[in-house]
Amino acid sequence: MNLQLMWESAPRLLGGTALTVQLVLLSLLLGFVLAIAIALMRLSGIRTLSSFASAYVFVFRGTPLLVQIFLIYFGLAQFEAVRESIAWIVLREPFWAAIIALTLNTGAYTSEIFRGGIQAVPYGEIEAAKACGMSRLMSYRRIILPLALRQALPAYGNEMILMVKASSLASTITLLEITGIARSIIARTYSPVEVFIVAGVIYLAINFAITLFVQRMEHRLTPYLHRA
Amino acid sequence: MELLSFGDQGWGDEMFRAAFTTLLLSVSAMLLGLLIGTLGAAAKLANSLALRAVGGTYTTIVRGIPELLIIYLLFFGGSGAAMSVARVFGYTGYIELNAFAIGTLAIGFISGAYSTEVLRGAFLAVPRGQIEAAKACGMSGLLLFRRIMFPQVARYALPGIGNVWQLTLKDTALISVTGLVEIMRQANVAAGSTRSPFIFFLAAAVIYLALTTASNQGFHRAENWAGRGVRRPAAGTT
Repeated sequence: MNLQLMWESAPRLLGGTALTVQLVLLSLLLGFVLAIAIALMRLSGIRTLSSFASAYVFVFRGTPLLVQIFLIYFGLAQFEAVRESIAWIVLREPFWAAIIALTLNTGAYTSEIFRGGIQAVPYGEIEAAKACGMSRLMSYRRIILPLALRQALPAYGNEMILMVKASSLASTITLLEITGIARSIIARTYSPVEVFIVAGVIYLAINFAITLFVQRMEHRLTPYLHRA
Repeated sequence: MELLSFGDQGWGDEMFRAAFTTLLLSVSAMLLGLLIGTLGAAAKLANSLALRAVGGTYTTIVRGIPELLIIYLLFFGGSGAAMSVARVFGYTGYIELNAFAIGTLAIGFISGAYSTEVLRGAFLAVPRGQIEAAKACGMSGLLLFRRIMFPQVARYALPGIGNVWQLTLKDTALISVTGLVEIMRQANVAAGSTRSPFIFFLAAAVIYLALTTASNQGFHRAENWAGRGVRRPAAGTT
């Protein structure tokens, strides 16, 4: 065990944390909005919308994230039309290609989590909202979505951790986030164990922080369960 | 489209063979994962504090660290570890582990952590009274395992094992970074030499989708088969 190497690689690996966090936060944020839209489409009762939503979820959950990243980053560049369009400014950047792939991926998984949450809202609450004269939009905004999101929080916490792990795939399209930097140090020094330990500790720390955050959120959102 | 045809002109047969490698790798990793998972679940349910700590550390680390990082550890470190073991026995030459073996080890190690949790849950789902009843009938440990525990744990674990299989199948795509010619690697090579990345990565996506869908159906049938003797509330009563 080379402690010197571990000590030296720590600052470089920590430097990659900023990119990892950026990738995760941005794609979680965009994926959250996408997931709500997809879940609502799925439950809309309008056939075209709900079958589009199920097809999307089916494809993105049934294929590896790596294929999705490669299709977006390498695949789309095959077409002349894409390379000459305005979208190319975004698509040629590995960072944005990774963000798009991660967003579409988490959007599919998260929409299923939210769908479960929305379906778990007791029917009596929806009836009560109707009886109070709330419109469909208002009952979603005031009653259904808040209850659904609270219900979905523990599962969503797991999805956040999966996204931290998924962001490591951005290293396959040249991005130097934690795993990308770890790979380059390993390839140069051939000391996989030392680098793995340091990078692993950083990832575990991030995921531990997420777990604590989600637990505190859950505690705050369910005051009726632990009134003193 | 002719890029995907079979024979000398197209890449169809190469892709087909790569799909077979993916399937073989997934199955061998899954089996290794189930073996590790059984040991892991036994460790996590053991009375010994040390064993529980080992099981807990294993699942926490593997489930909290990116798969890619674990693959790099074994890809770059696997040969070194094998060589230092060999040195103890007096062999000082260079050993290179085959890419398929590294892939099986890495994915099996990851899959095992998820299997551990599934099997642990399934084990706890068997009512304690049944175990006591079996003991009261005078069954030995082995007989109790074979007749009472195993059939029930297998049934309770089946849906969870189906999920782990899907994860394992999709995780094998990451093994392409080690150069093993499975679906992703083959698609990459074909994309590079024909300059048609979209077609080949799309073909790869379609193959994965076919594999996950087909195995999903298989697990569905297996669940129905395993649950055929279980009493369920009649349709419409709940």
